[in-house]
Parts: sequence; C-alpha cells; structure tokens
Amino acid sequence: MRDDSRVRAGRALRLALLIALALLFLIPFYLLVRNGLAAESDITSPEWTFFPSSLHWGNVRELFGDTSVPYARSLLNSALIAVATTLGTLLLASLAGYGLARIPYRHANKVFYAILGTLMVPAAVTFVPSFVLVSSLGWISTLRGLVVPTLFSAFACFVFRQYFLGFPGELEDAARVDGLGYWRTYWRVVVPNSRPVFAAVGTIVFIGAWNSFLWPLVIGQDRNAWTVQVALSSFTTSQVVRLHELFIAAAVSIVPLLVVFLFFQRWIVAGVERSGIDD
Amino acid sequence: MFVGPFLLGLGVFTYIPLGWSVYLSFFDAHNTVTPSDFVGLGNYTAMLKNEAFTDSLSTFLVFSLLIVPATYALSLALALMVNRQRRAQAFFRSVFFLPAACSYVVAALIWKMSLFSGVRFGLANTVLGWFGGDQIAWLSTTDPPWYWAVIVTVRLWLQAGFYMVLFLAGLQRISPTLYEAAAVDGARPGWQVFRYITFPQLRATSVAVVLLLVINAFQAFDEFYNLLSDARGYPPYARPPLVYLYYTALGQGQNLGLGSAGAVLLALIIAVVTVGQAKWFGLGRKEAQ
Repeated sequence: MRDDSRVRAGRALRLALLIALALLFLIPFYLLVRNGLAAESDITSPEWTFFPSSLHWGNVRELFGDTSVPYARSLLNSALIAVATTLGTLLLASLAGYGLARIPYRHANKVFYAILGTLMVPAAVTFVPSFVLVSSLGWISTLRGLVVPTLFSAFACFVFRQYFLGFPGELEDAARVDGLGYWRTYWRVVVPNSRPVFAAVGTIVFIGAWNSFLWPLVIGQDRNAWTVQVALSSFTTSQVVRLHELFIAAAVSIVPLLVVFLFFQRWIVAGVERSGIDD
Repeated sequence: MFVGPFLLGLGVFTYIPLGWSVYLSFFDAHNTVTPSDFVGLGNYTAMLKNEAFTDSLSTFLVFSLLIVPATYALSLALALMVNRQRRAQAFFRSVFFLPAACSYVVAALIWKMSLFSGVRFGLANTVLGWFGGDQIAWLSTTDPPWYWAVIVTVRLWLQAGFYMVLFLAGLQRISPTLYEAAAVDGARPGWQVFRYITFPQLRATSVAVVLLLVINAFQAFDEFYNLLSDARGYPPYARPPLVYLYYTALGQGQNLGLGSAGAVLLALIIAVVTVGQAKWFGLGRKEAQ
C-alpha cells in the first residue's frame, strides 16, 4: 500500500518535471513567433512582457516588401539547394550503398573503408581546400558550387549499405529468376520496397541542407546566391533590417522544416536509430 | 555503375581537397591557389607559435568541457524519463527533438536578440529581475565570462533531443530479463537498478555519444559566429579553431597556406582524439553480450 503511493508520487513527480522541461524547450519557439508578430517597440521595450501589446500580421508583408533585403530570393535559393541536395544525395548514396551491399567484387571492403574513413574527417575541416577547389572551378556564388560538393555523403551511403545488407534477398531472387539484371532489379524491386529508409535519410539530408551555414557563407558571396541562413546571419550583424522583420524572417525560415519534420518525424527517429552508430 | 559516381565525387570533393590542403600548407600562399614559394614546415611552426591559434584551441577545450558533460547528462536524463513515460511518450519525444529542426543561425538570433539580449530587455534578465537578481550584460562582458552561458545553452537546446533519441534506442535494446533478474536479487528500483543494470548496458551508446559530442564541438562555428560577431567584426576572445581558420584563410589576409596548415593540424588533433578515445573505451569490441 505504502509502496503503491510512493510509486504513484514518483510518477507524478516525473511527469511534472517532464512538463516543466517541455515548456522550457518550447520557449525559444514562442519567442520567435512572439517577436515576429510584435511591433519593434515591443521587442526592445525595457519592460519585457510575455504577450506583445498587439499582433502585427502585416510584418510578413513588410518583410517581403522590403527591397533592401533579398529575402524572397534567399528562400528560393535555399529551397532549390535543399531539394537538389536531397534528391542527388538519395540517388548517389543509395546506388553506392546497394552496390557495396549486394554486388560482389574484390575490393568491396577496401572501398567501403575508404568511404567510411571520410566520416572521420570532419567536413568542416576541409572547407579551406574545398573552397580553393570550387573557386578554381569558377563555381563561387553558383548553385553548382553550393550543391555539387555536398552530394557525396558518406553518412547516407553508410546508412543505405547497412539497410540493404538487411534487405530480404528472396525478393531480389524472384526478380533474378524473371531475368532482370542488377540495375532493373534495383529500380523495380528494391527501391519501391525501401521507402521508409529513403524517407528517413531524405529528411535528415533536407534538414541539414536547409540549415547548413558555413559552406553557403563561404561559397555564396554574391547577394543573389545567399541562402536563407546566410541572409539571416548578415541581417543579424548589420543594421539594415529592423528587429521585427528579422524575427518574422527567421520564423518564416523554419516553417518548411517544421512541416517536413512533423510529417516525417517517425522516420527520422527510425533513421537515427537504424544508422547503427552505437553498434 | 552503382558505386562509381559516388566514389568519383568523393574523390574529387573530399580526397582532392585534402591532398591539396596538405600541399598548400607547405607553401606561402597569400591569395593564390597555385603558390610557388615553398616554405616547408614554416606554416606549421608559425601556426603553433601563433597565440591566436593556440588560444582558439583552449577556447575549444573550455567549450567541450562545458558542453560535452552537459549534453550527456541532459540527454540521458531526458531519455530515462521519456522511456518510462507510458502516456504521451511520443509527445514528449517530439518536443525535445523539435529543436533539431532549428538552425544554429535562427537559434543564435533568438538567444542573442531576445533571450539573453542587452541589459534591460530580454527574458533572462526579466526572470532574474523577478528573483531580485542583478541585470547581466550577457554577451558584452568578458569578466565574468557570461557569454559562455549563452553559447552553451544554445547548443544544449539544439542537440540534446538528438542524443536523447540515441539513448532511447539504446534503452530499448536492454533485455527485460536483466531487470527481472535484478528484481529477484532484491535490487531496489531507481538508483540501484540504474547503477548496476541500465548504465553499464548503455556503455556502447555512451561511448558513441561522447565521441560524436567531441567531434561536433571541434566543428563549432555557426553559433560562435552568429552570437559574437557584429558589424564591427569578431572579438578576439572566444574564437574556436574553425572560426579562427575562417578568418585566417578567407578574411582580409586570404592566407590559404597558413589556413591549410591550421586545417591539417586541426584534422590531426581530431584524428588523434577520436582514435585515442575509441581505443580507451574499447570501441569496436563487441562486449556485454
């Protein structure tokens, strides 16, 4: 009886703690929306209040109407880059992962370790030489320069290989009996049956591409090549944009991600768990 | 046909830059990618004697000593609590994971301009005011270094949910029979079970989490850059290695030789730390099974 009430008290305590932490984790999102929809005077007011004095939905219109800020252009750039990066990565990494998992040839293991080894070289450390390479190709401030070098993700290749190793071989054997080669087996049998892993890797790559900052900062030197992150960052450090515009711009920038995130969340979690990094 | 395109791209955009970087690091390369002035190890000795570079390494050290244990403890605690929550488990998991969808740029904006902004306005100072605390100029005082509180909490918020998911995956792999055996042996639920069953069983996950945390801390750039730089530039304190390299190689000097030497040094340090840590913890040995 006493034990029972102690267990129940423990449970209530844990729930209370979780709710408190959840609120703490949500506060930054609230601040983003609050400031985005407030008047500038509400943001810089010496008396901070939880609710702004009034809501200004016109801030959104003001942001896109502000010609000193190439914000719509940067959103478009980010969308193009994120979609191109996601599709390209899925195509290249899934093919490579499948090849490594299924097609027997002599140096398969060495190739796999050569790919895996690049995971150890943090991408950010190679930004100086990569910048040098891209600039000598004349790709500075181009979409090519922003997308192509990021397409070869060892992480994505690794996840696909691990997944295809566990893919039931019977399905492929049936296709083989029907006379399909590796290529057609891959497209007709393997891909249609692997949607969850494509969704998982695709979501992770999309979020990473949309949020990436250092590479677009280095390569997108021209204002017209800015991604949304670079645009936001340069507004933060310059005095051109007014605060409420800056906050509504940031709020707008996370909307596509929240949609993708909430829609594909289950798969992200599955993908993170399946990546097997802790095995 | 399958692996070829990927391998080709990896070669061009990872292996060639690496090789080129090593090559450049032996030359005096200001503003040029095809240098002719061979300086041998000159760039390396210059870099190692350069106080700005060694300071950036100690900035990294402070940063990782703060962020690694903090993230480890918070994400493990969240995972333990969420894992035992029967109702609304998916809700709590989503809420804690949600910041992972937010970029460092946006988070830095919220932290700099709203949460920890200025002396008078900003949520943190308002809350301090409720409890009668003094107002703090979070980002503009170096003594005491309050800016660390801002930098560390941004990253903690952004990444704790991700590592929580890794711990949740680890927790779900622990066999229930172990807990039953512990109950039979009279272990009290709570601390004892955690100390003797859960924590040792999470060992492999823990090693991977710490490894990832350290590697990611080495690459810190976005939040430092966005929190501490302004229209006037970047303050010399609190410059982690990557921020320093960015300014060396692509700032006014465009000193690509020196920048490459720094990048190679950084890569070497990361490799040594990673391999050392993996050896120390015995990563790769399949154990406890």
